[in-house]
Amino acid sequence: MSQVNPEISQKELELNPNLMEKPDTLTKIFIRKFMKNKLAVVGAIFLLAIVLISILAPIISPHPYDQQNLLAKLQPPSADYWLGTDRYGRDIFTRLIYGGRVSLLVAFGSVLGAIVIGITVGALAGYFGGIVDAVLMRFVDVIISIPSIFLLITIVTIFGSSLQNLIIVFALTSWTGTARLVRGEFLSLRSREFVLASKTVGTKSYKIIFTHILPNAMGPIIVAATLLVGGVILSEAALSYLGLGIQPPTASWGNMLQDAQNYTVMLTAPWYPFFPGFLILLTVLSVNFIGDGLRDALDPKTLE
Amino acid sequence: MVSYIIRRTIMAIPLLFGITILSFAIIQAAPGDPTSLMMDPSMKPSDKEAFRERYGLDEPIHIQYITWLGNMAQGDFGDSIIKRGTPVSELIMNRLPNTLLLMLVSTILAILIAIPFGIYSAMRPYTKLDYTVTVTSFLGVATPNFWLGLMLIMFLSVTLGWFPTGGVATLNADFSLWDRIHHLILPAFVLAVADMAALTRYTRSSMMDVLKQDYIRTAMSKGFKEKKVVLKHGLRNGMIPIITIFGLMLPSFIGGAAITERVFAWPGIGLLFIESAFQRDYPVIMALTVISAVFVVIGNLLADILYAVFDPRIEY
Repeated sequence: MSQVNPEISQKELELNPNLMEKPDTLTKIFIRKFMKNKLAVVGAIFLLAIVLISILAPIISPHPYDQQNLLAKLQPPSADYWLGTDRYGRDIFTRLIYGGRVSLLVAFGSVLGAIVIGITVGALAGYFGGIVDAVLMRFVDVIISIPSIFLLITIVTIFGSSLQNLIIVFALTSWTGTARLVRGEFLSLRSREFVLASKTVGTKSYKIIFTHILPNAMGPIIVAATLLVGGVILSEAALSYLGLGIQPPTASWGNMLQDAQNYTVMLTAPWYPFFPGFLILLTVLSVNFIGDGLRDALDPKTLE
Repeated sequence: MVSYIIRRTIMAIPLLFGITILSFAIIQAAPGDPTSLMMDPSMKPSDKEAFRERYGLDEPIHIQYITWLGNMAQGDFGDSIIKRGTPVSELIMNRLPNTLLLMLVSTILAILIAIPFGIYSAMRPYTKLDYTVTVTSFLGVATPNFWLGLMLIMFLSVTLGWFPTGGVATLNADFSLWDRIHHLILPAFVLAVADMAALTRYTRSSMMDVLKQDYIRTAMSKGFKEKKVVLKHGLRNGMIPIITIFGLMLPSFIGGAAITERVFAWPGIGLLFIESAFQRDYPVIMALTVISAVFVVIGNLLADILYAVFDPRIEY
């Protein structure tokens, strides 16, 4: 290496030639640790592919997603219809990649919202403690106690299930885990020396929260957010399957399954109910593998 | 210990109030009058007023809340809007046994499968079987349970005809235990899968922690059989965190039961909730939301108390 650390003496260098190399940056260590987890890498590649295909759906889809052709309904997979056709003769492959747009948009959008709410509530509770903490955490307890699918169904039947509504509703029902996590991190970090030191020199609260404590808590937050993405994809699919998500003719993985739950379809075109669910499974599996890989890679205690 | 149980129980009370306030507030935020579905559009304005008065809708909102809460405390959840005049409590009591049966059987199934595999994985980590168990549990967590249900119905019921496609029993047939079990197998399995997967992973990591402890090594070095050490000394300590996990999994378990009931047309309270949501039958929706949340609160309370009972090392 050309860059030599000037503080290393000649004697030390003779003992350990590796010292000449620049120490690895945190990013480099992170990437190396993550790459070691094969399943996480496969998951990341698969998810990236799904995201790209969804974004490029209008360009790569072989058919229009809502073009009905009753003469070609429930066709088996073929050269023309790669994964067959549905009950209205629409191309299943096309609808799958369009459905991915809905699932991923709702998942990523709402998780982003949930993380922002969760960090805000958790940071306030953990940093200020006392009555602020008590009130906010009791509110979290209330939301956690109600099975979230019940909340989702109620809110969506009342306010409708447009894409924006779905993102808002999922964000509002899934921030509680993050809030608890962030609160815990803040409770343990707020009495550490570096925070006390900033307080002593008169740093403002919001600055301590965002520039001193939050960066130290980001590891677990990122892991939780990743796993949350998988959870939201599953819940959104369940909601759509009930007929309460995005409405047809717009495709979503869940509403395709609702359409496929039909005796004739199951008897004559078993591939139709198979593909959307299998794609959900693979996507959630990838996300969870990535979460697992991130957990190890972001944990400073794990060995390389 | 007794004072801890009392303190913990008292802590649950504000939580119950919070749950009722939130459930009430969501329905209040609904556009339009909750009874507009019940009213004939050609009704005279004076009749409408009388109607609103009869249901207490002319009262201020906090009075409405207190009335609702008071009635609920006495077991009166009001009447269903859709099924005119039927008390909500009656609708729920008709369906509740089905849900409890489904949840009980599937919990037992999850425990019977998850815990032995979790323990074995912890005893022999990084072996082929451990990897298989780990990968399977990853799959179990990532599988949409309603899709798993659809696939099982498709292959085992529709194609092979081994199982009924749904319901609790064959229609218009006399009661037969085998018929009931036959109908229960698929939904109970589907509902158990996600919990089974999560439970296996928690059991594995909890047991691995315990098996590293000094007292386990001491017992081993005294020459006791591995099986005896693990089951007698390890399991009792390893299961303590699992009690809490059960409490934490309860909300998603109840939600999962609702979806499973929909897939298998299982007439339980989850299916009742979904049907009522579609029909905007608000009294039923509110009652079921509150009841399921109360169920979760009680479950967590029990989990915390059991934790204290089973772990004498913790002082309260």
